[in-house]
Amino acid sequence: MSQPMTTAAKTSDLMPSAEQRAKLRRWRNIKDKFSGYGIMTAGIAVVGSLALIFVYLFSEVTPLLRGASVDVQKTYSLPVVETASPAEFISLERYEEIGTAYHKNGTVQFFNAVDGTALSRQQVPKAADAEFTTLASSESTHGLVAYGYNNGEVAVVKAKYELSYLDDKRVVTPNLSFPLGEQAFVLDANKAAIAVLAIQETSGGTVLSAATSDDRLVLGVVSTKTNAITEETTSSTEVFNLPALPAGEHVTHMQIDDAGRYLVVANDKAQLYLYNITKPAAAERYEPVTVESGKVTAMRFLVSTGSLAIGTDQGQISQWLMVRDKNNKYHVTHVRDFKPLSGPVTHIAPEFSRRGFWAADDKGDIGIYYGTSSRTLLIKSMGSNPITHIGLSPINGRVLLLDNTQKVSMAKVWNEHPEVSFSMLWEKVWYEGRDAPDYIWQASSGSDNFEAKMSFVPLSLGTLKAALFAILFAVPIGVMGAIYTAYFMTPKLRGMVKPTIEIMAALPSVILGFLAGLWLAPFLENHLPAIFCILLIVPLVMLIVGFTWSQLPLSIRASIPEGWEAAILVIPVILTIWACIDISPHLEIWFFNGSLPQWFTTNGIKFEQRNALVVGLVMGFAVIPSIFSIAEDAVFSVPRHLTQGSLALGATRWQTMRGVVLPTASPGIFSAVMMGFGRAVGETMIVLMATGNSPVVNFNIFEGMRTLSANIAVEMPETAVASTHFRVLFLAALLLLALTFIVNTVAEIVRQGLRKRYSNL
Amino acid sequence: MKNLLKAPVLWYKSGSPWIWLNGGAVTICMLMVIGLLGLIAVRGFGHFWPSEIIQTSVTDNTGHKQLIMGEVVRDEVISAAVARDNGFTVPEGRELIKRYLMKLGNRDITSRDFTWVLEMGMDEWKYPKDAVAIERREWGNFYGFLVGITENGKSVLAVDAPNFWDEVDARTKRSLKLHDQIAHIEKVQIGSINNKIQELKLEHRRLELKKVSAEKLAEADAHLAEEKTALEAEYEVIKRERDVITQEAKRDQLIAKTADGKEVALPWDHLVRITRPNSMSVIAKTGDYLTRFWEFMTTEPREANTEGGIFPAIFGTFIMVIIMAIIVTPFGVLAAIYLREYARDGWFLRVIRISVYNLAGVPSIVYGVFGLGFFVYYLGGNLDQLFFAETLPSPTFGTPGLFWASLTLALLTLPIVIVSTEEGLSRIPSTIRQGSLALGATKTETLWKVVVPLATPAMMTGLILAIARAAGEVAPLMLVGVVKLAPALPVDGNYPYLHLDQKIMHLGFHIYDVGFQSPNVEAARPLVYATSLILVLLIVSLNVTAIKIRNNLRERYRSASD
Repeated sequence: MSQPMTTAAKTSDLMPSAEQRAKLRRWRNIKDKFSGYGIMTAGIAVVGSLALIFVYLFSEVTPLLRGASVDVQKTYSLPVVETASPAEFISLERYEEIGTAYHKNGTVQFFNAVDGTALSRQQVPKAADAEFTTLASSESTHGLVAYGYNNGEVAVVKAKYELSYLDDKRVVTPNLSFPLGEQAFVLDANKAAIAVLAIQETSGGTVLSAATSDDRLVLGVVSTKTNAITEETTSSTEVFNLPALPAGEHVTHMQIDDAGRYLVVANDKAQLYLYNITKPAAAERYEPVTVESGKVTAMRFLVSTGSLAIGTDQGQISQWLMVRDKNNKYHVTHVRDFKPLSGPVTHIAPEFSRRGFWAADDKGDIGIYYGTSSRTLLIKSMGSNPITHIGLSPINGRVLLLDNTQKVSMAKVWNEHPEVSFSMLWEKVWYEGRDAPDYIWQASSGSDNFEAKMSFVPLSLGTLKAALFAILFAVPIGVMGAIYTAYFMTPKLRGMVKPTIEIMAALPSVILGFLAGLWLAPFLENHLPAIFCILLIVPLVMLIVGFTWSQLPLSIRASIPEGWEAAILVIPVILTIWACIDISPHLEIWFFNGSLPQWFTTNGIKFEQRNALVVGLVMGFAVIPSIFSIAEDAVFSVPRHLTQGSLALGATRWQTMRGVVLPTASPGIFSAVMMGFGRAVGETMIVLMATGNSPVVNFNIFEGMRTLSANIAVEMPETAVASTHFRVLFLAALLLLALTFIVNTVAEIVRQGLRKRYSNL
Repeated sequence: MKNLLKAPVLWYKSGSPWIWLNGGAVTICMLMVIGLLGLIAVRGFGHFWPSEIIQTSVTDNTGHKQLIMGEVVRDEVISAAVARDNGFTVPEGRELIKRYLMKLGNRDITSRDFTWVLEMGMDEWKYPKDAVAIERREWGNFYGFLVGITENGKSVLAVDAPNFWDEVDARTKRSLKLHDQIAHIEKVQIGSINNKIQELKLEHRRLELKKVSAEKLAEADAHLAEEKTALEAEYEVIKRERDVITQEAKRDQLIAKTADGKEVALPWDHLVRITRPNSMSVIAKTGDYLTRFWEFMTTEPREANTEGGIFPAIFGTFIMVIIMAIIVTPFGVLAAIYLREYARDGWFLRVIRISVYNLAGVPSIVYGVFGLGFFVYYLGGNLDQLFFAETLPSPTFGTPGLFWASLTLALLTLPIVIVSTEEGLSRIPSTIRQGSLALGATKTETLWKVVVPLATPAMMTGLILAIARAAGEVAPLMLVGVVKLAPALPVDGNYPYLHLDQKIMHLGFHIYDVGFQSPNVEAARPLVYATSLILVLLIVSLNVTAIKIRNNLRERYRSASD
């Protein structure tokens, strides 16, 4: 400052000039705004990221609910179009590049699946004078195709696709192979024309069965041997005659299972016969079952041949299971119906690795179905020409649809998650190989053709079971302890109890779980009577001590004032527990032949070492602090003037508690129990470590359970990303999230309401 | 009769029984907590105490007599029925039987290192002075007697030599030192070279991805090949050095014999500690106890985690929690300030507040699922595409790892920090705020210079509680980056020093894994107790600190608002 100084200037000397002050003010304002917006952004971002959890879990689950879609990308004619020799069967290989058409005249034409250009062509063997009568194919994974001729002969071929890489580009070379030899061979010794044919690859060889034009049934078992040096295959065929159908009935369809044990035959009277062909020479025909929905027009075994998909002339689609009865005899049993097509079903194509199948009718409609989940994923009209054949690929990404004008529609398929439906998750499902519908969770297995069993019922019941036993243990102790601590206990003791409860809340569940599994579970198994003794006798001892105390002379009672009851009880309770444990083996000897768990087992109650009792006790321990602190808060905040009024009117301490405090605080106690329940539902480590994690459907306290959360922990690391199983686990997580969120919200709203009420009192 | 019942009836009518029962509930709570902590403390601390070696003989059902030697792990009383179920013959009339779980060690010789032995048929217990317990790197403990020392197969000293035990100690020290040297070479030196070679490979791939011209690529490749040869030469030198030391370490062998007189040669480079607990004084035992405890805390696990230390787990937990704290603190505090100071009051804010509070009660496994799906597969997968394309298809961040574990835990503990900070902010009397505003401070200045400093203890409480929660959480970590055995620590001397993509070990998961996935549960059990003890100590001390800070805070504002 170069100006001469006045008194006024002197004071302003300490202060910045007006200009500077304005600048500073502006700067402060900018900072204020900036910080305000910054905090707002951060705050909203945090809230948003928490909301993201919901959104993301939901987005992972939604694909499960989508059906299937089929988009035709190109339509072209088959390379070989002869009206006299239409294609009888088409297929698509695993890279979805090459289609194969099997024509009536024995031509097998490979073609580019994308644009229909012809590739190589080969011929199915046939005697010179023979004429084609029928065609059959085995289970999709084996890819065998059998041609039947009018001279009683059959020929079997299999398309092979060899993979090679040329300049890092994949080249698939198709080739026809002849697994049973390069000549047609005789299946019917009588040389009658083969009317209906079935073929299946089994561990005992290739099994073929045929119905001849004169209504006989023959069965051929072809076993092949490959010479290791010359790579020549020699095959030997054994042919057996099977009992024919009753007179006047004609075979329309036949299927053989992949163990070579059963032959299913459909006749023209809408009946299904089951043949036991375990011993082909003494094959047995069982009583027929009637297909209520009409004459069978298409019938195929689904993958791994545990069930049949059947289409009828009324367009009805149904699934039939091979069910074993008490006498170990199989029956074909109708288990579920699907949405019908509008016209008679012309063709059924099973998917390669799961229980799905496609059906087509003569009105040009196709339907996509899934067995286990009873889902009809799509019904779509593909035009007015009847679809005669469907060529599925092993990876379900593309499909070839052949119509009666020999035109192929190449379509893109989205059908990722057909396995899940509401009924699959929550209702009893009749699975293959089971004798009745059931709730089962068994989501994965070593085998490829495994039918995933994903019922949420065992997991949800397990969750409830664990939570229920935990709550049963925790509520009495937590609530009663809270009442005592808040209302009766001296402040000094309270100052010690409350931090201890907080420590209890902070104990990691992994430690509780480890103690439950490695210490408590074996201990309880060895001292089972002790725990029941403790539950019964300890409360009794408390009462006895209390009564005795009340009878003691006043001088002794005065030395310990009211509010120390809990401390007085410590030693008697410890002694009682010790005595109970000590007497436990004797009780077992006196009453239970030496071992209570054994006694339970012999009396038909299943006993596992890691069971719901252990979980109940330990998870109860984990839940007590949540219940305790909220309930304690509710009781403690009851306004003093209410209780003092009651006491002044002559009520005892307990009467005041029951008549005034509890009614006022009951919403708080309710919300405490809800919070405890919420915690128990989501607890993972304790149940994971303290139970055997077997998904059972019962409430037996001596058996374990598998909860939703433990299930996620066990299976999530091993499942393939974006698979159905992966998404179902996300659904389980979403379910847990929603459940706990609802429970906690209800509890929180109740609690806030209570707080408001207190402030009004 | 009536008079006799009068007192109890009166007592009942007064309601006192209920008060006693309620009091009893508190008693049971306290007993459970203290009992549990006591159990962990006794078992955990007890694990390191050198227990005495017992020698005795057992006669089994067939009258066969067997000499055994080992430590008593625990005993229990079982009923005769249970014993018969387990295949023992118990004479009629005998109802209760005591049995001991003996740790017999010598797994390489007998394959029964833990055995239940009935008290029935057991001889008197003897405590031979010279019995040794040898801790080994493989096959667990050895119990027996020493016979002598051999050097390169030649016997140099027998047990009756006067300087025998000194020599044993000296040679043990030497072998431990050599072992450390080998470990250093393998972990640090060879690890660093491997790292560099890997980096060269990636460099090549990076250039390929950049689609540089063929000449340039060839040029770079020549350069890379040159560097690689240099590194390989360096590797050869180091490897030779290591081989020399390994050979050196194999020089000594300890000859020992088991209780039943079978003589075995124990290669010294596999031995960790040789003690004679039966002839140790209490002071010696205490010293041994402390070294064992120290070793437990600072060394790596051995034998599928059932022996050795837990240092990687402690370190992993520590580093994960630190990163989590760095992420969660600013966001949690800012969110709390927003909710308390900036957000407009109304039903929407109430909904948000209730939701945030409730997220604290959402099962932790749900966060794990979210972390795996969103962080690991979605974010991590995209990060890999963008920045780590050269290593694909093997993922860098697209697989569970340290950073995702920390981020998941940060999300999990966010509600805790928010709730705690909000509570702290709400406790600050409005008079203080108004005072600041009245003096002309802006809202921001009031906030950052007055309110936030006052609320710091509350934030600290929240952060400490968050850390305690994170340290004990296991379920979500199983999905997002914690493994049973990490090959290396996430921090090392190779660039970029802190490896956020690495998988880590964790105390809580270590407990689960060792206790429940380990093939030898009995051998693992004491270790699990010890690990639990460390975890409990950590969490309890964190919580006690948090409680202390909070209580001080309450006191302070009680006076400030008056």
